[in-house]
Amino acid sequence: MLAIARQRMLGQSFKKILPAVSVLRSYSSAAKQITVREALNSALDEEMLADPKVFLMGEEVGEYQGAYKITKGLLEKYGPERVLDTPITEAGFTGIGVGAAYYGLKPVVEFMTFNFSMQAIDHIINSAAKSNYMSAGQISVPIVFRGPNGAAAGVGAQHSQCYAAWYASCPGLKVLSPYNSEDARGLLKAAIRDPDPVVFLENELLYGESFPVSDEVLDSSFCLPIGKAKIEREGKDATITAFSKMVGYALKAAEMLEKDGICAEVINLRSIRPLDRATINASVRKTNRLITVEEGFPQHGVGAEICASVVEESFSYLDAPVERIAGADVPMPYAANLERMAVPQVEDIVRAAKRACYRSVPLAATA
Amino acid sequence: MVLGRAFEDMCAQMYYKMFSFVHFYNGQEVVSTGFIKLLKQQDSIVSTYRDPIHALSKGVFTRAVSKLFSKTTGCCRGQGGSMHMFSWEHNVLGGFAFISERIFVATDAAFTSEYKREVLKEVDCDHVTLAFSRDETCNNGQFFGCLNMAALWKLPIVFVIENNLWAIGMSHLRATSDPQIYKKGPAFEMSGVHVDEMDVLKVKEVAKEAIDRVRRGEGPTLVECETYRFRGHSLADPDELRDPAEKVH
Repeated sequence: MLAIARQRMLGQSFKKILPAVSVLRSYSSAAKQITVREALNSALDEEMLADPKVFLMGEEVGEYQGAYKITKGLLEKYGPERVLDTPITEAGFTGIGVGAAYYGLKPVVEFMTFNFSMQAIDHIINSAAKSNYMSAGQISVPIVFRGPNGAAAGVGAQHSQCYAAWYASCPGLKVLSPYNSEDARGLLKAAIRDPDPVVFLENELLYGESFPVSDEVLDSSFCLPIGKAKIEREGKDATITAFSKMVGYALKAAEMLEKDGICAEVINLRSIRPLDRATINASVRKTNRLITVEEGFPQHGVGAEICASVVEESFSYLDAPVERIAGADVPMPYAANLERMAVPQVEDIVRAAKRACYRSVPLAATA
Repeated sequence: MVLGRAFEDMCAQMYYKMFSFVHFYNGQEVVSTGFIKLLKQQDSIVSTYRDPIHALSKGVFTRAVSKLFSKTTGCCRGQGGSMHMFSWEHNVLGGFAFISERIFVATDAAFTSEYKREVLKEVDCDHVTLAFSRDETCNNGQFFGCLNMAALWKLPIVFVIENNLWAIGMSHLRATSDPQIYKKGPAFEMSGVHVDEMDVLKVKEVAKEAIDRVRRGEGPTLVECETYRFRGHSLADPDELRDPAEKVH
């Protein structure tokens, strides 16, 4: 009987030791991987927990768990008063959100895609962006407009436009565009805490992608500064600026260029407005060559603004004309082969970088 | 109608070769057949993103199929997509993704028909426009703007609301203060008619009356057709919120 008791005691003490061992194992292992979707979801969850004035509204955000599952589980946790399923009227629910923000609430308005934000653009620009100025600072509008932006796959012209340039041209708005999970968490938290209206441009194709994140990023107080770009890869021969999905493409292009002896510096803009002109110009003064990459239409695009900034502030440092890579100047076609040609590919960035370095490049585009 | 159902079922099977959004019309075929078969070639239709069957009913056949496969032989040469069926020859003015945009396009088509008759003196121009839309459109402000203008100017248009009771996962009853859509017509001095059946003959009777009224110059009609969508919103929709008993057919 004593033997049985001894065994039982040993067994129990073993059970106490094992969990501790497994915890130690997880702390000592490599950084955790989370998807962009999980990053956004956890950011929303933590900000809603911390501040009862934060609420969500949009189509299918509640019972359907979000059209892209970004708001999964939040209705169950916070109830229908704070996670509002709206009828399909973007102008209607955006207007209500802006009005709520006037009175100090902190709405996070989801657009199923930013293409639908055009139905509400009067509220975003005239009711939200301009109010603080028009009221001489009396009215503050702490609202976040978020949702997928830019091209997905095979969704046609009315579902594929990039709105970064349109919103970034408007004073009174802040415009953010995350690339990886760290960006998604840090920038969304910053956006929700910000007293000004923020347009938060996500990317549908990045939602399911996993990225490593440190413990610091997973902490609930983690936040990234608005208006600061990140140098994802240091280099000395050419500067490549990009945001959102194009950051991934730029990094792949930089690896390919490395093999040809071109060491490219890749800047993840993170913030389209305010644009981190200081970081971009400092990089160009180091490398002397600039390639801007974006998915949106070329005319009056983000690349055009970056080019102007560099010409104004660092003209004498440029050793080559600025190369601007953008989407094709055409509504997004539907057929897969046409769509591939209408969106920048890694090879396009590589060719542009080589042109900026005066290397010879093949004339034909790769399909 | 049978062709429409067979077409949609084949689309479901071929989905992964299509590389696109596909929004199914299964269960709603009565509405398009009931109305569109009464139209003349010169009459126009404007549709939702659930549009291939409307295009088929209007006579756009093989080119509609090609379009879904993004072929250059499709009615928009691979540029538009499943949601955007256009055919000038058949007066099919699209397929629009934005739920309220299409109402305006339809109202404009009706306005043009009226203008041709009154200003350009084309006296035999009696073209009618059918504006197909769905339940969720009726909560959108732009919809009310169009109802007002259509009634005010007695435009030759019939607003056909296919009330399939569901947006993606949002029930019509959760989204609408008064779910009886046909009642919105009389608020704008327009006839509002409700058809409860999945009965093609009843729908045809209502459709004939509405279209004839418009051709006589007596103004637009709002027709609410209570129907049902058997499949999910699109093939990407897990369709977990609807009661399986509802979907049995």
